[in-house]
Amino acid sequence: MAKITASVYTSHVPAIGAAIDLGKTTDPYWVPLFKGYEPSKEWMEANKPDVIFLVYNDHATAFSLEMIPTFAIGCAAEFQPADEGWGPRPVPVVQGHPELAAHIAQSVIQDDFDLTIVNKMDVDHGLTVPLNLLCGSPEAWPCPVIPFAVNVVQYPVPSGRRCYNLGRAIRKAIESYDRPLKVQIWGTGGMSHQLQGPRAGLINREWDNAWLDKLIHDPEAAAAVPHVEYVRESGSEGIELVMWLIARGAMDDVAGGPPPRQVHRFYHVPASNTGVGHLILENQ
Amino acid sequence: MALEKPYQDIPGTTIFDADQSRLGYHLNQFCMSLMKADNRARFKADERAYLDEWPMTEAQKQAVLDRDLNRCIALGGNIYFLAKIGATDGKSFQQMAGSMTGMSEEEYREMMLGGGRSVEGNRYIGEDGDAQAHHQPQGRRN
Repeated sequence: MAKITASVYTSHVPAIGAAIDLGKTTDPYWVPLFKGYEPSKEWMEANKPDVIFLVYNDHATAFSLEMIPTFAIGCAAEFQPADEGWGPRPVPVVQGHPELAAHIAQSVIQDDFDLTIVNKMDVDHGLTVPLNLLCGSPEAWPCPVIPFAVNVVQYPVPSGRRCYNLGRAIRKAIESYDRPLKVQIWGTGGMSHQLQGPRAGLINREWDNAWLDKLIHDPEAAAAVPHVEYVRESGSEGIELVMWLIARGAMDDVAGGPPPRQVHRFYHVPASNTGVGHLILENQ
Repeated sequence: MALEKPYQDIPGTTIFDADQSRLGYHLNQFCMSLMKADNRARFKADERAYLDEWPMTEAQKQAVLDRDLNRCIALGGNIYFLAKIGATDGKSFQQMAGSMTGMSEEEYREMMLGGGRSVEGNRYIGEDGDAQAHHQPQGRRN
């Protein structure tokens, strides 16, 4: 049977992608950030999964205001890097895993979570920047990826509780797949940032780190944080953190297993406008 | 029953909810069109003519021409859509976000390098933080 081996959490700031694409990773501004991901790359090299289930949000790229799915699962064989206005990022095409994606869609929908099935979708920096941070800039990504897009652009976005419970359903779905695949689940976006209005530039290091503590040790409490607290304390775009709860909800301890092992934790301010958080948790 | 909006007491912040989305539908869809290289070229060649192809209000068109992102947001724009205008202009997210504060690009960059804007005084309208209405616009030149 398939198994969730680990969960990975990271911010997905577009400027990080630009720094990689423009060869600026050794600039003094960026050195501390990329240094924080060195242990993660080594870990990834040593713990290569068969599939990554990657939770992210589309930033008005694949989904305009014509359609706004709350939860969209990418079931295609491949996904092209999107032109977000700067031209497409020079990164590999993302290979999907249509069979596992279809299995998860069937299981999760029958478990009362109404996913939108997407068979054609370009993927933006929300998905490709985390892949770069963990995998570097290879010719091809190391394994197939199932993109899972969450609406955090137009309010109302799903609650943290809803995301957490969805993670539990995704775990059940993956662990009932009858091939012995090692699957990682990634939650991306956040941490504190606000990109708009006179309050732009808000960073709340203390809140971010307290939330990280909760996510690791008391995910139920993290799941109970209401929307308005994210907005007030971590900025209007800090709400992206609800996506981390999908990955956290899919870990063994939430279903009665042992607590996860913390492999790596990193926090850095700033990347452009954003507080960057990163975490790797392994199932024991 | 009107939408419940528990987020309206946060200073300097507009939540892109269904009301804002309805107001800004065509503005945001115009922005979306700039994801295509051909459209970016046509927009750059004659901004006014390109905007006139969209059923936007005159105020929305003027806000785009002025690159007044705070005004765009007040008129229903969403930052992820408005970012397509910035991309067309060759501006980064940091430059766009900074432009909404009144600070110069350098001042905003310095603030971020210093750990970002503090949340103190900026949680609720009526406190005295730098994002409050009575402290706008920010920046040394203002």
